[in-house]
Amino acid sequence: MKIHEYQGKELFRNYGVTVPKGAVAFTPEEARLAAEQLITETGSPVVVVKSQIHAGGRGKGTVYRDGKDAGRGVKVITSGGSAAAREAAEYMLGGTLVTIQNAPKGSVVRRVYVEQGIKIARELYLGMLVDRDTRRVVVMASVEGGMDIEKVAAETPEKILKAFIDPTTGVTGHSARTLGFGLGLTKEQVSQFVALVANLYKLFIAEDAALIEVNPLIVTDAGIVMAGDAKVSFDENAEYRHKQHESWRDETEENATELEAKRADISYVALDGNIGCMVNGAGLAMSTMDIIAHCGGKPANFLDVGGGADEARVTKAFSIILQDPDVKGIFVNIFGGIVKCDLIAQGIINATKSLGLKVPVVARLEGTNVELGRKLLAESGLNITPAATMLEGAQKICELVSKAP
Amino acid sequence: MAILVNKDTRVLVQGITGSAGAFHAKKCLEYGTKVVAGVTPGRGGEKFDGTVPVFNTVQDAVRETGADASVIFVPPPGAADAILEAADAGVRLVICITEGIPVIDMLKARRALEHRLGKDLFLVGPNCPGVITPGECKIGIMPGHIHQPGSVGIVSRSGTLTYEAVGQTTAVGLGQSSCVGIGGDPVNGMDFVQALELFNADPQTESIIMIGEIGGAAEEKAAEYIQKHVKKPVVGFIAGRTAPPGKRMGHAGAVISGGKGTAQDKIDALEAAGVRIAPSPAQMGETLKALLAERGMLKA
Repeated sequence: MKIHEYQGKELFRNYGVTVPKGAVAFTPEEARLAAEQLITETGSPVVVVKSQIHAGGRGKGTVYRDGKDAGRGVKVITSGGSAAAREAAEYMLGGTLVTIQNAPKGSVVRRVYVEQGIKIARELYLGMLVDRDTRRVVVMASVEGGMDIEKVAAETPEKILKAFIDPTTGVTGHSARTLGFGLGLTKEQVSQFVALVANLYKLFIAEDAALIEVNPLIVTDAGIVMAGDAKVSFDENAEYRHKQHESWRDETEENATELEAKRADISYVALDGNIGCMVNGAGLAMSTMDIIAHCGGKPANFLDVGGGADEARVTKAFSIILQDPDVKGIFVNIFGGIVKCDLIAQGIINATKSLGLKVPVVARLEGTNVELGRKLLAESGLNITPAATMLEGAQKICELVSKAP
Repeated sequence: MAILVNKDTRVLVQGITGSAGAFHAKKCLEYGTKVVAGVTPGRGGEKFDGTVPVFNTVQDAVRETGADASVIFVPPPGAADAILEAADAGVRLVICITEGIPVIDMLKARRALEHRLGKDLFLVGPNCPGVITPGECKIGIMPGHIHQPGSVGIVSRSGTLTYEAVGQTTAVGLGQSSCVGIGGDPVNGMDFVQALELFNADPQTESIIMIGEIGGAAEEKAAEYIQKHVKKPVVGFIAGRTAPPGKRMGHAGAVISGGKGTAQDKIDALEAAGVRIAPSPAQMGETLKALLAERGMLKA
């Protein structure tokens, strides 16, 4: 689960990580008031208005209003004060911000963050995530701040410094110092950096983060080390112990169908083909997409109905698949382990009837209670084509869909 | 021979009174597995299914019954602790079925056990179907009836794809020595290399099927190991050729991030190591059979 920059910075403050002063605004007037207060507090006329969307690349992205370029996703106000901040918020709020990460659709800007302007001496990069190979949290730091870090990693991997954190010790002074000196920080800056890394790691563990990125990590003219940005996402598996995270969820940033599926304990990812897939098991669901492609078709989705699938879940899965108007046929591929085939068959029959299904369905059932499941389908009198293997099933659905009008 | 479990394995079930634990404990018993104990804190003294004694702690269960393997059906909030409890009680093999454990919990649990893994302790999973030696011992949630004692060792990150491989190797008459589901989480216990080591040393295992998926570099490490050490024929399959980058495909571990962990990378690495890649998940059995025929290893 991703959160916005302003939420991430609030979290940073709670964990003692230095960030610039700022406030969120949902209307242009709120933005004006926030700017006015910042200018009074800091004594500097410089403020920055930043569109709040989950996708990165906002600064270079374009806000479109009625199809016209209205300005960049981030606006630095050097003169004009709070009135200029209000104007910036006016063009951003309600506009569609298209960046390198969310093109071509873009995201509607519904909130902006108004922040004090900072005199920047250096822009660095700092990231934290779970490294699967070492089974450690890895801290990554680079002098190439403000850049696309994946590009840096691919082209000049030597520019990314890494420290692997042992969960029994947490961040050790020496490992953070090594990174700090590696970034060319001064002695005073290194001690700030060590504290910042230790605090971010505390946040990572305590809040069950999946990813923290600070890009850029700023060294100000005055030699202060602070987080210029805050990109935070959380481990979905740990949501049960962080009820407050749920209040930070911005549903407008998520795919509505994927969210609906998730609430029903179904894993669903929309793709751009026309063959709907209903499968049990993530690996089988992925390879069902693969085998459809192998047979010349195009999968419309990834869908894992999960281990505890019952009739209701299957009906829900069908209704989710059918929300995609491109779906011209559905391939059901079930290898029952925990899932019982007769329950799946009953679910298919119910869904077909209650949803008034018009597209062809090919069903391949295998495993627990398979005979019973097949019998139910055969006796249902519905337009459901059985298949003995997944290859046969994939071939059949590709053929049926290719004939569809 | 087989690996990890056999007819003498004494199994305890953590979370035996929960719905999943109870359902599958019963299925394991029906298969013939020696389920000797259950553990549910606060339910000690009860009998499960009229025969299996339930204990409050794993320590009690091990002391009273001599259980040497544990299977965990404890819900995610307590699952990592259940793994540690089993390990602390001296259980040799811990199989964690639970799906949805926070990755930080597994990071800590795995770290605590690291010095023992592969020595006096094997951890399989979490988020896996379990381990089975057909005809002898089933520990987990796999449908027992599709298995057949035989010569193919199967190791997989995906549950249902394991069943596919089992169904196909049964259909072509090869059967399985043992099947290990290592699970779909980013931080787990046994990896491909560890399972391959066991299969490689097991005389009953004449060939191996390994099933990977997108994300991480475990398959690449396996390829390196196979190239150096494995002479037995290996068939591979990688799920997720058509998966878009940056999207988690059900399993927490199945995501292509930063352009790394693609199916093609893994297929290339495995092929370079001499692994025969099945063109589709429906062809793992026949691909293996053809490979065995080429090597003159197919018995009449």
